[in-house]
Amino acid sequence: MKSFSKLLSFLLAIALSGGAIAQNSLLNVSYDVSRELYKDINPAFVDAWKAKSGETLIIKQSHGGSSKQAGAIIAGLQADVITMNQAPDIDILAERGGLVKKDWRKAFPFDASPYSSVSIFLVRKGNPKGIKDWDDLTRQGLQVIVPNPKLTGNGRYTYLAAYGYAMQKYKSDAQATDFVAKLFANVPVLDGGGRGATTTFSQRGIGDVLVTFENEAHLIEQEVGAGKFDVIYPSITIEAPAPVAVVETVTAKRGTRKQAQAYLDFLFSNAGQEIIAKHHLRPRNPAIFKKYAKQFPKVKTFTVESQLGGWAKAHKQHFADGGVYDQIVRKR
Amino acid sequence: MSAASRRIFPGFNLSVGYTLVYLSLIVLIPLAAIGFKAGTLGWETFWEVVTTPQVMASYRLTFGASLLAGAINAVFGLMLAWVLVRYNFFGKRFIDAMVDLPFALPTAVTGIALTALYSQNGWVGQYLEPLGIKVAFTRLGILVALVFIGLPFVVRTVQPILEDMEIELEEAAASLGANRWQTFRYVVMPILLPAVLTGFALAFARAVGEYGSVIFIAGNIPMVSEITPLLIITKLEQYDYAGATAIAAVMLVISLLMLLSINGLQAWTAKRTGRGR
Repeated sequence: MKSFSKLLSFLLAIALSGGAIAQNSLLNVSYDVSRELYKDINPAFVDAWKAKSGETLIIKQSHGGSSKQAGAIIAGLQADVITMNQAPDIDILAERGGLVKKDWRKAFPFDASPYSSVSIFLVRKGNPKGIKDWDDLTRQGLQVIVPNPKLTGNGRYTYLAAYGYAMQKYKSDAQATDFVAKLFANVPVLDGGGRGATTTFSQRGIGDVLVTFENEAHLIEQEVGAGKFDVIYPSITIEAPAPVAVVETVTAKRGTRKQAQAYLDFLFSNAGQEIIAKHHLRPRNPAIFKKYAKQFPKVKTFTVESQLGGWAKAHKQHFADGGVYDQIVRKR
Repeated sequence: MSAASRRIFPGFNLSVGYTLVYLSLIVLIPLAAIGFKAGTLGWETFWEVVTTPQVMASYRLTFGASLLAGAINAVFGLMLAWVLVRYNFFGKRFIDAMVDLPFALPTAVTGIALTALYSQNGWVGQYLEPLGIKVAFTRLGILVALVFIGLPFVVRTVQPILEDMEIELEEAAASLGANRWQTFRYVVMPILLPAVLTGFALAFARAVGEYGSVIFIAGNIPMVSEITPLLIITKLEQYDYAGATAIAAVMLVISLLMLLSINGLQAWTAKRTGRGR
């Protein structure tokens, strides 16, 4: 019995200390491939916050497929802030149970997106297949690696980038559909995550071209070694902003509203924007963007809002069950 | 049986009550929840969701590959169990322990390891590639993964039966003039068959539900190499919880029917060979 009561008091102590820490911690729920960024952002913010308020904050991170993460918050994961790579995963929190404000886009500058990235091509060294633009990806016999658009933001952006490109070129939905159908007929593997696609292309040696975000391409060079791949910028591509929001219900309950606000504000500050730029994500602050301009070749871009009628429409038209994406993959 | 007849355990009511509560909490309530959630769709939508061409293709793949993997495991698992019980050789204990490895390995590790081995630049894959055999990112890869994770079931169900089986039976058969095939067919197999079928059913059931290892090696191309669990995940990612549970409910029903028929087959073989009670 003695050991049992010991165990009980031990568990109690853990529970209590957990409660004590909860007062000055933040949980940032984020998408899969933002680990590296927040590993640098968090200590910088903790220092800045300590200097300003004297409070020592602990920032906890949770990473995973972005829709899964949003689903976890809906199901009750106590996230103070959510940092995503596509707006629908924050919109859903506003729709289901009002976890974030309806007008969360207005809560921070630049539509609440501290940075963006663009979809680019990564090809094998020397570009043996001569891939220059989206048209080349529809060539017969070419293998294109893209993560699953039904499961990943990365894949969705790739699909929409190709569709938007074709719409600009042909000005017809039918021809644009045909264009993405040809492109996805060239995809031999549909990985369930952006990183999975990276692995398939860089480690397994499959495919002639990987379509991914600019920053992911640089990460590959760091991890796999420079000089094995070339980055190709297409004539026009999609800009993928990464939106952030405070989870109102959780911060109100935990009394962390102020800290959560400061944390996200930090992303837009000069210090935060510098860290973002160092991770090859395109910062919003013009001065900082200019400072790192060498990393970010000029490329013409469009957004889901400018070219595809916004996320709600794009989702319904393309990714909902029976949408264009389902139709083109069923035909193959 | 009548209320006061031969009970070995005292506290029959208590133990039955406990069993029912436990089963309800762990199995029946979650299963009922699937039914309820899927029920929110209405019959017509439900039918539409679970019979789209993409979903139908995934049923064929999932159940087909699982049956095939179960069958392969039944044959080779029986062989493995035989070797482990009947022969003595160096390293036997080590191999015996290795049989359980697929149980212990996290499925994601299995998937990544198999993909690395069988992809076109992998240790094994690079030699298969020139022969025109592609394993990773094809249906064949799915089968390989399912065979791997199902291996222990048949071995572990057959092993104890084999250990109990008296070798004198085979000697008696031989002395009565049976050749090797006849001994195997009429003496050994009837005793082992129920256990093999149990192992087959377990391996099959495990394969149907497998997600983690398959997802890495499958390629996940719609209509070709998408397993049903992936489609469930896909629906969840789109916040379509009702649609996901609808497909889950169909899987549940098919699995249940298949397991029931395997159980029926097992009972039938047991009865036929005079071992049934």
